[in-house]
Formats: sequence, C-alpha cells, structure tokens
Amino acid sequence: MKSVLPVLTVVAAIVLFWLAAVVPMNMHLVADQAQRDGLNVSPETPVERQEVSGIGLSLRNTHLIPLTYDFVRPRLPAPQQVAGEMYATIIDKKITSKRSLVYHGWVTLAPTLLGFFIGTGLGILLAVGIVYSRVMDRSVMPWAIVSQTIPILALAPMVIVVLGSMGIQGLFPKSLIAAYLSFFPVVVGMVKGLRAPDAMQLDLLRTYNASKSQGFWSLRLPASMPYLFASLKIGIAASLIGTIVAELPTGAKAGFGARMLVGDQYGQPLVSWAALFAAALTAAALVGLFSLIERITLKRMGMQAA
Amino acid sequence: MMLVVIAIVVWAVGWWVNVRLANGPASDHTGVKVLIPLIFGLTIVIVWELLVRGFEVNPVILPAPSAIIERLFSEGPRLWADFQQTIIKGAMTGYVIGGLAAFGTAILADRSDFLTRGILPVGSFMAALPIVGIAPIFVKWLGSDWESKAAVVAVMVFFPILVNTVAGLRDTGPMQRDLMRTYGAGYWPTLLKLRLPAAMPFIFNGLKIATTLALIGAIVAEFFGSPTVGMGFRISTSFGQLALDMVWAEIVIAAIAGSAFYGLMTLIEKRVTFWHPSQR
Repeated sequence: MKSVLPVLTVVAAIVLFWLAAVVPMNMHLVADQAQRDGLNVSPETPVERQEVSGIGLSLRNTHLIPLTYDFVRPRLPAPQQVAGEMYATIIDKKITSKRSLVYHGWVTLAPTLLGFFIGTGLGILLAVGIVYSRVMDRSVMPWAIVSQTIPILALAPMVIVVLGSMGIQGLFPKSLIAAYLSFFPVVVGMVKGLRAPDAMQLDLLRTYNASKSQGFWSLRLPASMPYLFASLKIGIAASLIGTIVAELPTGAKAGFGARMLVGDQYGQPLVSWAALFAAALTAAALVGLFSLIERITLKRMGMQAA
Repeated sequence: MMLVVIAIVVWAVGWWVNVRLANGPASDHTGVKVLIPLIFGLTIVIVWELLVRGFEVNPVILPAPSAIIERLFSEGPRLWADFQQTIIKGAMTGYVIGGLAAFGTAILADRSDFLTRGILPVGSFMAALPIVGIAPIFVKWLGSDWESKAAVVAVMVFFPILVNTVAGLRDTGPMQRDLMRTYGAGYWPTLLKLRLPAAMPFIFNGLKIATTLALIGAIVAEFFGSPTVGMGFRISTSFGQLALDMVWAEIVIAAIAGSAFYGLMTLIEKRVTFWHPSQR
C-alpha cells in the first residue's frame, strides 16, 4: 500500500508531460485550420509556418493553445479526448455494435486465451520431458531458445494468410501465434521450477523409496509453482501482443489490432488511440488476474513468490 | 512415398545417435553438447526437405530448405541491404537510444526511494503492454524511413531495461552498504564501486530481453510504411508475390541476427559478471 502514492506521482508526471506535448504536436494543424476560420495566425502562410518548430509556433500563437486540446484529427490526441472516445465506445455503445470496443476486445481476447492455454499446456509437457529426459534436454532446449529469435510477430500476418488459404480460419490461426509466444516463457520457467528442489529433498524422497511419478507429483510440481506463475504472467501478456499483431495487416475486420489499423488508415487517430489504451487495460487486467490467483494459490501452499 | 519413408528413417537414426550421445560416457563434453543440438537441427532440415518433396507440398505454403538456401546466395546483395536498413539503422540505433535513456532514468530515479517505488510498478506495467501498437503512430510522426523504426524500438526496449536496472540497483545488502559507509564512501563511489557492479546481472537480463524486442519492433514497424528496402518491407512484398522462399530467407537472416545479438550480450555478460555464481 505504501507504493500507491509514488505510483500515482509517476503516472501524474507522465500525464503532465503528455498534456504539455499536445500543444506543439498539434500546433501546425490547428494553425492551418484557424487561418481557414479567419483567425489571426503568425507567420501568415503555411509555407512560412513549416519553417518554425511546433514549440516556436505555440509561443507565437498563445491564443490558439486551447484549440489544440479539442482538435478533430490531432497528431497527438489530448488525454481527455482519448478518455471520451473510450467512454463512448465501451460504456455508451451496445456490446453488439460493430463500433463497440467491448465487442472488439472479445474478438481479441478469445484467441488470446485459447492460444495461451494451448501454449502453456505444451510448454509444461515439454518442460517435464526436458527435466526427465537427457536427450530432450540436450537436443530440444537449444532449439527452443533459437526458436525465440525467429520474429514470429513479424510473420503473424503471413501465418494467418497461409492458414486461411488452407481453409483454416477464425479463432485458430490467431491462437496459434498466441500459443507460440506464451509457450517459451512457460518452458524456461517450468524447467527452472522442476529443477528447484535441492539434492537433500530429492534424497529424502529416495529414502522413502518414492517412485519417479510420486517424486513428480509431491515434490517437483509443487516446488515449481512460483516459477510457473511468474512465467504465466509473462506468457499471457505475450499472447495478447501476438493476437493483436496477428490482427494488424491481414485485413481483419474486428479486434483491437484491426481498430488500430482502421484509425490509422481512415484518419481517425482517436479510434487508434482508444484501441491502444483498451488493449493496454486488457493486458493489465489479465496480468493482474494472474497475480491474484498466484497470491491466493501460493498462500494456500505456504510459499513465497519466485 | 519412398521419400517419406526415408524421412522417417533419417529421423529415427538422428534420434538414436542423440540418445547414444546424451546417455553415453562423453555426454558432458563440450563438443558433444554442441554436437547434439546440431544433429537434431540437421535431422529436422533433412526431414523437412524430404517431406516437402515426398508429399509435393505447394511451395507457397512451405518452401523446401534447398530453395531457401538458394535464395540466400542468389539474393545476397539485396538481403544485405535489407539487413543494414532494418537491423543496423532501425533496431541498433533504437536499442542504443532506448538503453541509454533507460539507464539514465534508472540512475536518476534511484536517487530517491520514493521515485523507485513509483517507477518499478509503472515500468513493469508498461513493459507488458502491446507497445507494437504505437508503430503506425510513430510512422505518421517521423516519416517512413529508419527514424520511426528506431523510435518504436527505443520505446519497446526502454521499459524492460529500466525495470531491471532499478531492481538491480536495489540488490545490495545493508551489510555491504554499511561497509562502504565505514570506508567513508559517498553516494557516487558507492554507486560506481558497489551498486552498479552488483546490478550488472540484472542489467544484462534486461539487455538480453530487449535484443529480441528490438528485432521484432523494427520489422513490424516496417509493415506500416517503409522505403523500398528493409526486412519488414521485403517480407510483406515477397509474400504478396507468393515468393515464400524469399520470406523464409529473411526469417533465417533475422533468426541468425537475433541469435548473434543475444549471444554477443551473453558473452559481454560473462566477461563483466565473471564473479556471479551463475557464471561459474
């Protein structure tokens, strides 16, 4: 609780910086518009104005500063504009509407969660294999690391199109990207976690004559929980990013990624920014949810977070 | 069908050799440690080639490795130009700018405990966000050349490096700090001689996470506007022409560049943090 005030201070500083940046970023556009509306602007012509920086122009036209905060097509929208757009598209719109961000959020969230569960399941299985089989440890682990250097995010659109051409559409292609991205953190975390028990604990089990599977269920798996949760939090955020990027250049009609692109292409910056912030809130909510589950689970198990 | 059978045989042989090597007497030998993944990778490539030929897979869906390797050699100059545009100008510039900015911010924030407590949660939160979404906005602001890619990369790598550096600077025990105080060391000597060296493992962790982010950021940002050169540009245009072997050639380059970048960071880390238990 004692970090609430510091966090609020940092957030306030960021918002203040944003508010200050709105003026010079939008000044050129506002000045052009103001001139068309017959207001006094200095310098007089657009060409001369291009010579002046945004800050210089703002200082010479202080009477235009209020206008930069509610410009229709800003280069940098003001915070209250973004908040207004989000309120309008999240609270005011019907959920069934094609312009409701809740609807687009669900379109993005469904493949994210599906992919995350697939990726996590496979990741845990592979980690168990790596811990229990020397061959897999030696041959698969290096390639699991190399596989992460493949910029799959950069290929997401292609994967979607190729799968689409094979007749696989809808939820699954996006989930595949999400699964690929959440898979790796889980493998690395679980391998670390399953190897967390020290020699003393393993020896104790051996003195009890415990079988391999008993050792797994009663020692290795519980010991890996803090590591698993740390990986899950990274994985869910990565899954969401993967799904959003998969929606970007494929001509997707719905989802956060599609909204960002629509706003960009049709000159509606507010749509893009609202989608960006909604995606950020979704990521925060997902990570927060897993932190909560982590806290409850580990408390019940009497453990500390890794 | 014959080729498919050969593929299965190749797979079985490769796996069997690896089982023998991994469970054999020399399995902890460095050479064997390198050899096993090499054999595994080679088997995958051979099996891939044989299966693509055996099942006559459409090259638009999955090109054969031989076609990709051929492209790598025949399109060398073009691939090199793309590499320079995206990796050297876009990713590297952004990585350095973002890294230095994050490091500076961390040192400043570290002066006050209040700021540190504020920056850590906000930074971790920002690091988990889909920052790639800002790419179209930056392309609009800074034009379509490498400057916008560098800016996207800088923002993407900023938060992981910041959070790790701030966390690392807190990673000294009261006993160590008290010792520095008994020596009469002020803030700066303590920072330079004790806390920065102690923070190095954390800082490198942030730097290593940021390597992959930098590549992805630079490539994805090129989808939203780029000059007629660059890996992201080439991937999307080649894909439009259904020249999938070219797309895969770019992927291979990106994967090699990513691994090399990551490896370089690991090497530097080994030299700098030779004292850390994980390096022994």
